[in-house]
Amino acid sequence: MIATQSRQGLELLEELSRTGDGKPPLGCMQCGLCAASCPLGDAMEFPPRKLILEAMARGLDRVLASPSLWMCVGCYTCSLRCPRDIELTDRLWPALRDRSMQAGFQPPAELQETFQNVLKYGNVLGKSPRQRLDWAKDLDVRVLDLSKEPRPVEVLWLVGCYPSYYPRNRVVTRAFARILTELGVSWGVLGAKEKAVGECDRMFGEEGLFETLVEENRKLLAQQDFERIVTLDPHAFRALQNFYPRYGVWYPVEHYTTFLAGRLEKLRALVVRPVEATVTYHDNCCVGRRAGCFEPPRALLQLIPGLKLVEMERNRENALCCGGGGGGMWLDGHIVAQGGKRLSDQRILQAAQTGADILAVSCPYELSRFEDAAKVAGLESRLKVRDIIELLAESMDLGERSDS
Amino acid sequence: MSGSDILVLAEVHRGTLADITFELLAAARGLVGGSGGEVVALVLSENGAAFAPALGAADRILLVDHSALANYAPEPFLAALAEVVTARSPRAVLIGATSIGWDLAPLLAARLDAPLALGCKAISAEDSALAVTASFCGGKMVAELRIDRAPAVLMVLPGSFRAAEAAGKAQVEPCTLSASLEPAAIRFEEFLLPEAGDVDITQQDILVAVGRGIQQKENIELAEQLAQVLGGAVCASRPVVDQGWLPTTRQVGKSGMTVRPKLYLAFGISGAPEHQEGMKNSELIVAVNTDPRAPIFDIAHYGAQVDALELLPALVEAIGARKG
Amino acid sequence: MNIGVVLRQVPDLIEPLEVDASGTALDLSAATFVVNETDDHALEQALLLKESGGGTVTVVALDFGEVDNTLYTAAAKGADRILKLAWDESQSPTPHRAAAALAEALRTLAPDLVLVGVQAHDELDGALAPLLAARLGWPYVGVIRGVKQAAEGGSVVVCKEFPGAVMARLVVRLPAVLGILGAEQPPRYVPVSRIRAAMKSTRFEEAAHAAGTGPAGIAVTHMAPPPAGARAEMIAGSDTEVAQRIVEILAQKGLLK
Repeated sequence: MIATQSRQGLELLEELSRTGDGKPPLGCMQCGLCAASCPLGDAMEFPPRKLILEAMARGLDRVLASPSLWMCVGCYTCSLRCPRDIELTDRLWPALRDRSMQAGFQPPAELQETFQNVLKYGNVLGKSPRQRLDWAKDLDVRVLDLSKEPRPVEVLWLVGCYPSYYPRNRVVTRAFARILTELGVSWGVLGAKEKAVGECDRMFGEEGLFETLVEENRKLLAQQDFERIVTLDPHAFRALQNFYPRYGVWYPVEHYTTFLAGRLEKLRALVVRPVEATVTYHDNCCVGRRAGCFEPPRALLQLIPGLKLVEMERNRENALCCGGGGGGMWLDGHIVAQGGKRLSDQRILQAAQTGADILAVSCPYELSRFEDAAKVAGLESRLKVRDIIELLAESMDLGERSDS
Repeated sequence: MSGSDILVLAEVHRGTLADITFELLAAARGLVGGSGGEVVALVLSENGAAFAPALGAADRILLVDHSALANYAPEPFLAALAEVVTARSPRAVLIGATSIGWDLAPLLAARLDAPLALGCKAISAEDSALAVTASFCGGKMVAELRIDRAPAVLMVLPGSFRAAEAAGKAQVEPCTLSASLEPAAIRFEEFLLPEAGDVDITQQDILVAVGRGIQQKENIELAEQLAQVLGGAVCASRPVVDQGWLPTTRQVGKSGMTVRPKLYLAFGISGAPEHQEGMKNSELIVAVNTDPRAPIFDIAHYGAQVDALELLPALVEAIGARKG
Repeated sequence: MNIGVVLRQVPDLIEPLEVDASGTALDLSAATFVVNETDDHALEQALLLKESGGGTVTVVALDFGEVDNTLYTAAAKGADRILKLAWDESQSPTPHRAAAALAEALRTLAPDLVLVGVQAHDELDGALAPLLAARLGWPYVGVIRGVKQAAEGGSVVVCKEFPGAVMARLVVRLPAVLGILGAEQPPRYVPVSRIRAAMKSTRFEEAAHAAGTGPAGIAVTHMAPPPAGARAEMIAGSDTEVAQRIVEILAQKGLLK
């Protein structure tokens, strides 16, 4: 019964490869909504519509060899708008990338390195697994390492690679630990045993790597006793909710915004300090556009006294992706070489246009992407980038903040 | 030559004596000490007399001249070296850890069944034995070795000894070999020189160096920005060049360029010996690496354990603020 | 051209290395292993030669240091045969010990060309590549970046890397051993699914050859990480604070225009 991504991807590919029978593959009407919606469509040799057209006319050879295959950042805009509901982002692109690598084409070098890192060390950054819990050093709340002390908990917090290792993200991670504790939630982490969930590997087409991670995580999770998984990473949330179950690995999982929004009244009593700032919120793609979860993050922000929420013109399902998904964190060089732009550079200007003091985010990639973009645009003194968690922690009077 | 002589392979590359030769002569001098042994330099070339005047730091200079030695190829060089060592029985043979040395030192040791130490940084004589300090595991481990068989073949890391000054006049001794140096299975054809036109990093006062920690080709732009505000140039360690992110003319290290700028800023470079070799004599070295154990911190004057990708733009900003 | 490639596993330097109880050797019990980088380049170079000129690529390796993954990866990349030599796991495969067994296997294999990485970071008192050449009685040259078939039959053209981006082009008559520094392109990526497929379909050939001994006359008396010694003055603080301090230092030294 295990329907793997590859089987369905293969079905899509096979349909795509069929030519000459008069029927457009996948039910595609060639309307072009996908290409027009794609934030990088202009720079792609084969945006989705053209890709399907090419398959109809000539087959997949040129597509598999094309560098534009490695430009999709997994924003789901095309998939959401496709009138035929073709699963472009989740199925077609990963299957094509997989097929391309199987045929011997080399993915961009930076991606290769992330694959090697995940395979060897269980994290995309190539850091030692032993240092995975270093973010918790000298933390003023107790971090329960379930890999050493297995105990029943309400929440198994899958911390994630960037939140564990990346300096800027560690501030957020520590703040979340404090918030969970303050809320009286019983929680634990997997410590040095935690492995990447693998969502980005699946998106890059490294299906074999994804399946390897599913198996490793299956074993890890089976050893633990918990009610739900909570993650800071919308990408991990998406994989755990939508793809792991296809391998028989199913657990209730929430992104932190829904988890905390489910405890709104408790939080209301705890947000004592005002944060006097105008804040605009950037909807991330996996929890936002894809899962339709737009109100919980806003509810959290509006809880904070003194905080004024303003909207960017492109918000909710029309938000412009930051460019970090689908491998995007490692594809900026490749995308720029193909004539594309860093999407975070565009998005930061949209945020600045609102007149906001703070751009609030809820995805680990967005912190560094938007802070970089703010520097590039010369905005960093005017527009700060903060995770919702940092703003909540500040309002709850819970410890250190980032200094940037 | 007697059992307490030290033989130094004087390395000739494209018509000049390589700098390592003088470091080896200094190391050899430290070994012969008061033992009565000689520091003997061996020149393998087509016309060694031309190099003799520069080798005054040796006590004796052996010249082996042969047309087969005009340009380096392993077999004639090994045959000549082995014959001289067998005939003269030195206590040790010092060879530089260079492209040529990486062939000849282990080949010689295998040919003579002699003990070999790679990565030597310090050598001293201890009664009848030699005590050697050797670096390995990318500079993360140091081994003390004791060698009590002669000849010992020691491959010495450049930069481990200060170049010897010429002392007095060395005795020049032309040598003829009985071994035939031809024919050989490996034949030198020609040198391939890099294309001109790119920046010559050996002439820069300020270098901004990037290593693996730069993570993506795109981030090199950050280093370029810093180089620009400082009036310097960007260079790189081998992994960055291997990826094709910068041309080989920007490579610093054993298999790249040796630089001695006034300022060397190293971002995301771990500082393995091969890289250190190329820049350790820089006047001021500032290293940035998130790994506190990175060997680069052993030779840097200042260090910071922060993310290079964060610090590069912060530096550009701080310099801009100071000027503006 | 039939090519033999030697792959070695070396301790991963991502973790700090430890010294064993004797104080004279690495403690490998806690180490994780990865394929030696220049050996990986040797494999890539061999595959490139096979792709351009035909022939076979045979990988030879000692059964040590979690080598199976490396071997399956080599098979997935296109190696035709994998020869795994039995090895006493308690004996660290120093170059002298390893060379004897590997040379025997290579002698039996009788390829035209043997490619090995020019060095491994755990080599201290021997270098495997030239030792293999000496045992086989074949010519050797190392620090090679790029190998091509020569126009004259039975030879290859190699580039030996020198400082300053200079290369020496040499013609090598086969059979020979080459110490590879780098292949003409970075080692290729092969998707995990292919490695897993190789795990199911590849059969390793197995053999056993005696390990070597020695070298004589040299012994480790002490081993440790380098002394902290004269280290850099570390600047602490946030990125902005560090940047400001560095700018102050540069200004003091007259390095800011």
